[in-house]
Amino acid sequence: MTEQMTGAQALVRALEHVGVDTVFGIPGGAILPAYDPLYDSTKVRHVLVRHEQGAGHAAQGYAQATGRVGVCMATSGPGATNLVTPIADAYMDSVPLVAITGQVASAAIGTDAFQEADISGITMPITKHNFLVTNPADIPRTIVEAFHIASTGRPGPVLVDIAKDALQATTTFQWPVTMQLPGYRPVTRPHSKQIREAAKLIAEAKRPVLYVGGGVHRAGASALLLEFAELTGIPVVTTLMARGTFPDSHPQHMGMPGMHGSVSAVGALQKSDLIIGLGVRFDDRVTGDLSSFAPYAKVVHADIDPAEISKNRHADVPIVGDCKEVLADLIAAVRAEDRKGDYADWWTLLNGYRATYPLGYEQFEDGSLAPQYVMERLGAIVGPDALYTAGVGQHQMWAAQFIGYEKPGTFINSGGAGTMGFAVPAAMGAKMGRPESTVWAIDGDGCFQMTNQELATCAIEGVPIKVAVINNGNLGMVRQWQTLFYNERYSNTDLQTVRRIPDFVKLAEAYGCVGLRCERPEDVDATIKKAMEINDVPVVIDFVVHQDAMVWPMVAAGTSNDDIKFARDMAPVWDNEE
Amino acid sequence: MSRHTLSVLVENKPGVLARVASLFSRRGFNIDSLAVGPTEHEDISRMTIVVNVEDLPLEQVTKQLNKLVNVLKIVELDPAQSVQRELTLIKVRADAENRSSVLELVNLFRARCVDVASDAVTIEVTGTPDKLEAFIKVLEPFGIKELVQSGMVAIGRGARSITDRSLRALDRTA
Repeated sequence: MTEQMTGAQALVRALEHVGVDTVFGIPGGAILPAYDPLYDSTKVRHVLVRHEQGAGHAAQGYAQATGRVGVCMATSGPGATNLVTPIADAYMDSVPLVAITGQVASAAIGTDAFQEADISGITMPITKHNFLVTNPADIPRTIVEAFHIASTGRPGPVLVDIAKDALQATTTFQWPVTMQLPGYRPVTRPHSKQIREAAKLIAEAKRPVLYVGGGVHRAGASALLLEFAELTGIPVVTTLMARGTFPDSHPQHMGMPGMHGSVSAVGALQKSDLIIGLGVRFDDRVTGDLSSFAPYAKVVHADIDPAEISKNRHADVPIVGDCKEVLADLIAAVRAEDRKGDYADWWTLLNGYRATYPLGYEQFEDGSLAPQYVMERLGAIVGPDALYTAGVGQHQMWAAQFIGYEKPGTFINSGGAGTMGFAVPAAMGAKMGRPESTVWAIDGDGCFQMTNQELATCAIEGVPIKVAVINNGNLGMVRQWQTLFYNERYSNTDLQTVRRIPDFVKLAEAYGCVGLRCERPEDVDATIKKAMEINDVPVVIDFVVHQDAMVWPMVAAGTSNDDIKFARDMAPVWDNEE
Repeated sequence: MSRHTLSVLVENKPGVLARVASLFSRRGFNIDSLAVGPTEHEDISRMTIVVNVEDLPLEQVTKQLNKLVNVLKIVELDPAQSVQRELTLIKVRADAENRSSVLELVNLFRARCVDVASDAVTIEVTGTPDKLEAFIKVLEPFGIKELVQSGMVAIGRGARSITDRSLRALDRTA
């Protein structure tokens, strides 16, 4: 098929052909030519957001809720630089994202023209790949390549920067196009020898643990994970990025490992003699001090990104491949291996940890609200079919710990980058991707004030998300560190939202949403239920919680996982029988 | 730490050098020397990168380089199994009195005199880093006015070519 059209029309046509149905963005000078044909598209819905950062996070939420590529669009200069944070976030959490930006006309590139920024240079270290397009004939092929790169191998963000004159010029649109990516060959098939070696170690291990990360969900391998875990009887820990990939209620689930992980999950890693890491990257928030991380363990490490293998922790058995194929092959190999591991003593030890050190929290005697209680009730009332998003900080950790996830991909948060303000726009994107699902944004009062302008987008576009603002009046996680490590010197963490500046209920109403407030434990259920009954407009609940609530357990930054505290100055007694 | 010579075949596209250089700096690796230029295939450029790292970081930087979409192939060249050369241009003080001594050294090192002025000569010399270092040392007493050195380029010994398979990959997508 060939047809004469402008570069801008070719762009929109290409987006339609690769199956894009939703684009989040804001127009501006350089991208303006693209917005004209976009206006006519019946296949692509453009959602006008209020800030480009919102567009980026919405595209991330959309991508994570649907498993498809999220798309955001912005103009040159500040429009493009406002996308930098979501792009970096998507890079850290391996979210398939395509960002399309307008660039000044090619003749003006390099002249410090109005609204010029070298966005391809700026995003080079935070994109999987990026393109600067100055020839309109290259637009369709570049779009196809961008979507291919973003969604295959280890997913990630791809930026396509298009000069304004390339959008305006006439070109011959040809479809289909052939990609020209000779240097891009992701390995998805695991090596059979390594799989057999892993199966051998699994049969020989006495204390194995499955360390499951976001890569398992990205690969769509949670069903295979369940099969593999039940086949072998090995305990499972799910990282922040993998919450829900293995059901929390499953008897083999030991919880979330890491800085705020459960004692049972952290203990399972520290005491193990074999770690089977699947789609993980041995992140510092999971390992704590690397030199004392899981000192007795051999490591089988499977990941689709070869650069993750042995990056932080040496892998005795490296497996490069897609987790779906890795798990399928591991299941076959374990079945073929006639020996079965005996993990009875291991389970006795772990069940002891689980019984002695369950996740817990403190209720406040003055009748004020414990944030963890809000999470527990949300999980119980809203249930495991809903999608939950979170930003970064205490609210994120409590959401990870206390809501309870049973299904893959139901907890969408900013893991690697730790981006404040992720929750509301991500919830908007998730809800647009899965309108039939209930979507709750769990947010802190600090985070909420960074991106709540997207409530206007939600209200106007008819995206009835629900927002639970866990309002402790502070930048809570920073305050927690000040309490623990800076002699309670609360430098610049008091947001004073207890003074109702702003009043989140009025703010919600100003944005055309319903605003509710809850300050006492006895009102929590009724408030959540009320929010659940409102499905035509977004709802914001201002949960005013006690400012001294802290996230426990905790492994202080830079210390060993062995030194985990399950409450302030309370360390578990490890059973050191060896 | 040890020196490693990486030959990196890349697509001949704008910005590739920036991607490679930015990757090195972002991941905290220092480049000792870098040379980039065309190859026998117009769509492929070749970078020769000399890095001074331990084996484990070398593996990491190689893997990260391989992830760059424009990178086609990376080969580490063993100094014993490859020819490695740098080019240096040296402007050295030399007047009528000592010019012949300088030219004697030029001949000994199989260098070439490429420009002569009344009180200086400019010398072109190629060789391994060791040879160039030795040459510079013997010229120092005369007074080195200016010196410029290329990055190292290197090629494997024998009949095999590292570009063959990458060319086939390019042809497949063309």
